[in-house]
Amino acid sequence: MNPLIQFFSFQDPNIRFVVIGAILLTASSAIVGSFTFLNKKSLIGDAIAHAVLPGVCLGFLLSGTKNPVFLIGGAFITGWLSLVAVEFVVSRTRIKEDTAIGLVLSVFFGIGILMLTVIQKSGNAAQSGLDNFLFGKAAALVGDDLIAFGAVAAILLVTVFLLFKEFTLLAFDKDYARAIGLPVRWISVTLTSLIVLAVVIGIQAVGVVLMAAILITPAAAARFWTDKIRVMIMLACVFGALSGLSGAYISFVAPAMPTGPWIVIVISTIAFISFFFAPRRGVVSRVMRQRTIRRTIHDENILKALYHLGEDCKDFTERHTAEEILRKRNIGSDHLERVLMRLKRQGYLTTANGRWQFTEEGKVRAQRVVKIHRLWELYLTTHLNIAPDHVHDDADTIEHLLTPELEAELEKLLDYPREDPHRAEIPYP
Amino acid sequence: MTQNDLQIIATAALVASSCALLGCFLILRKMAMVGDAISHAVLPGIVIAFLVSGSRDSVTMLAGAGLVGILTTFLIEFFHKKARLQTDASIGVTFTWLFAVGVVLISLFADKVDLDQDCVLYGEIAYVPVDLIILSDGNGLILGPKAIYVTGSILVIILLFITLGYKELFLTTFDPAFATALGVSTSLWHYLLMSAVSATTVASFESVGAILVVALLIGPAATAYLFTDNFKVMLVLAVVTGVIASVIGYYIAYWLDGSIAGAIAMVTGILFALAVLFAPAHGLVFKRLRATVQP
Repeated sequence: MNPLIQFFSFQDPNIRFVVIGAILLTASSAIVGSFTFLNKKSLIGDAIAHAVLPGVCLGFLLSGTKNPVFLIGGAFITGWLSLVAVEFVVSRTRIKEDTAIGLVLSVFFGIGILMLTVIQKSGNAAQSGLDNFLFGKAAALVGDDLIAFGAVAAILLVTVFLLFKEFTLLAFDKDYARAIGLPVRWISVTLTSLIVLAVVIGIQAVGVVLMAAILITPAAAARFWTDKIRVMIMLACVFGALSGLSGAYISFVAPAMPTGPWIVIVISTIAFISFFFAPRRGVVSRVMRQRTIRRTIHDENILKALYHLGEDCKDFTERHTAEEILRKRNIGSDHLERVLMRLKRQGYLTTANGRWQFTEEGKVRAQRVVKIHRLWELYLTTHLNIAPDHVHDDADTIEHLLTPELEAELEKLLDYPREDPHRAEIPYP
Repeated sequence: MTQNDLQIIATAALVASSCALLGCFLILRKMAMVGDAISHAVLPGIVIAFLVSGSRDSVTMLAGAGLVGILTTFLIEFFHKKARLQTDASIGVTFTWLFAVGVVLISLFADKVDLDQDCVLYGEIAYVPVDLIILSDGNGLILGPKAIYVTGSILVIILLFITLGYKELFLTTFDPAFATALGVSTSLWHYLLMSAVSATTVASFESVGAILVVALLIGPAATAYLFTDNFKVMLVLAVVTGVIASVIGYYIAYWLDGSIAGAIAMVTGILFALAVLFAPAHGLVFKRLRATVQP
C-alpha cells in the first residue's frame, strides 16, 4: 500500500498513538511557548528542559518504577527549582541573567547525567528507557503515554483559556497589570508552572536539547505573520501540530530516522520561511520597502537639486547638465545617471543632448518637496525655537515623509508664509 | 592514583583551563548563552567534517566546526538585526535547528560516522586512556592518550590567542565604543572569539561532551567573577576553579561509578554556590556581616 495513504488513513493503532501524541505535545507546547516568547524568556524554556532530568532520575530512584506520576512529579520539582535558582542568582549576586541561565542548565543537567549513569549501572532492570528523556521517543509512544500527555495537555489548554487575559496583560504591560490590582506574582507563578508542565511532557517527544525549539520556534514563526495575539497563538499551534505530524510521518516512512530532530527541522523550516517571506515583517519585504523609500529619497533629492538650479537662473524650463546637478547634490555620477533615467521613465524629466528639463509633473513634485522643506524649517524656528542654522538636516528628512494632510495643517498653522528663515521663497502651486 | 586516573584528570583539567579562559570573556560580554548555543550547534560541522575527512582526529574537524561556530554567531545576529527577532529567541531557534540537523546527519550516515548522540552530550572521558597515539614505524612507540594531545594543543592555541590579542579582547569586551574609536574592529574580535569557542568545543566534545563544555565555560568564570574586580586575576582564578572542579568531579564520579562529565559539571555548580555564599567581596555571608557591623 502507498505509505502516504497507509499513514494518513490512521488505521494502524500504533500510527494513531504516535500521531495523536506528537500533535498533542507540539501543539500544547506551542501555546504555552507563545507566552514564554512574548515574555522574552525563550532561554528559560531551555534551562527548564535541561533541569527536569535530575528530577526524572530522582522520581525513579525514590519510587523504583517508571510510573509517569512520579517521574513527572520529580521533573516538576527540579524544573521549578532551576527557575528559583536562576532568579536567586540574578537578584542576589552581580551575575547577569544569561550567565545564570547557562550555569544552572548545565549544572542541573550534569547532575541529571550523573544520576542517570549511576542508575544505569545499578543493575535495576526497570531503568531501561529512562534515557528516552534525553533524546525523546515520539516514534514509540503507546496508549498509556497518551493518557498522561492528554491529561497534561488538557490542563494546559484549560488554564490558558481561563487566564488568557491575565497572561496577555502580563506579557505586554506588567506595571499596568499590577496597578489594576491583578495578583501578578500568582499569575506568573501559574504561567511558569505551565511552562514546566509543557516541558516535562514535551521532553519525552523530542528530548532535552530540542525542547526549547518546540516551545519557542512556533511562536517566533507565528509572530511574523500577525500583530494579534489570538491569531499568533492559533498560528503557533497550527505550526506546531504540522511539525508534529510531519515528524511522525517521516519516521514512519524511514524508521531509522529520529522523530524529535525531524519535528524540529520542520518547525525551523517553517520559521525560516516566515522570517524571510512573511509580508510586512519578513526580511525580504523589509528590504524591498527600504529600497523603495531609499529610491523615493534619491529621486526627490535630485528633483530638488534641479529646482534649486531653476531658482538660480529664475527659469524652471531651463535645461541643465548632469555636472550642474552634481554640483548641487553630489551622489556620484553613475548613481545620478540611474536616478535621472528612472525619473525620465516615470515622466518627471525629459532629456535632450545630455541636458535635463522638468516635465510639468516633475516641477510640481519638486516644488512640493522644496515647499515642505522650507515650511518645516520655519516651523522649527518659530514654534520650537531652534536656531535657523540647526534646522536644515531635520527638514531634509521630513520633506520626503510629510503626508498631504500634515502639509495642509502646517500651511494653515504658519498662515501661508512667503519666506523661510533663510529668506528663501516658499513656492506655492 | 593510577596512570589512568591521572590521564583522565589531566584531560579534564586541560579542557577546563581552555574553557575557563574563554568563559571570562563570554560572561563579561553577556554572551554566555551564545557559548551554550555554539557548543550544541557545532554538531553538524563535526559530522560533515567527519564525512569529508573520514576520521576523527583531523584538522578538518576543527576547521569545519570553527566555520559552523561562525555561522551560528552570524545567524543569531542576522535574525536579530535583519528580521528583528528578539535575541533570546534568535539564539534558541538557531542552535536547536543546527543540533537537530546534526542528529539527523548522524542517523543518515550511521554506518559511516562513528558518533552517537549520548557521546555528543556527555562525552566519553572515561575512555581517554584507551585511545592512544601509537607511532607505526615498526617499534610501536606509545606516545600516550590522543585526547591529552588534542586538548593540550587547544589550550596552547587559546593561551597564544589571549596573550597576543589581550589588549584588543580586553578593549572590545569592556568598552566597544572606545575600541572602535581606536580602530580595533569589534566584529573581527567578536568572530575570532567565537571561533576560539567553537574550536575548544570541538576539541573537547569527544572527551567531555557538549554539556560539560558549557558548565566549564560558564561555571569557573562566574565563580571567579564573584571574587575579584581585576580581570587578569579573574582569568587565573577561573582556571584554578576549573582545575579544582575537574579533580573533585573525577573522584566523585569514581566513588559513585557514574558519568565523570556529569560529576564535574555538578562540582562547578557547587563551587559557584560556595562562592555565592562565602566570596569575600561579593558573597552573601560577608555582605550580611558587613551590614550588621556598620549599621
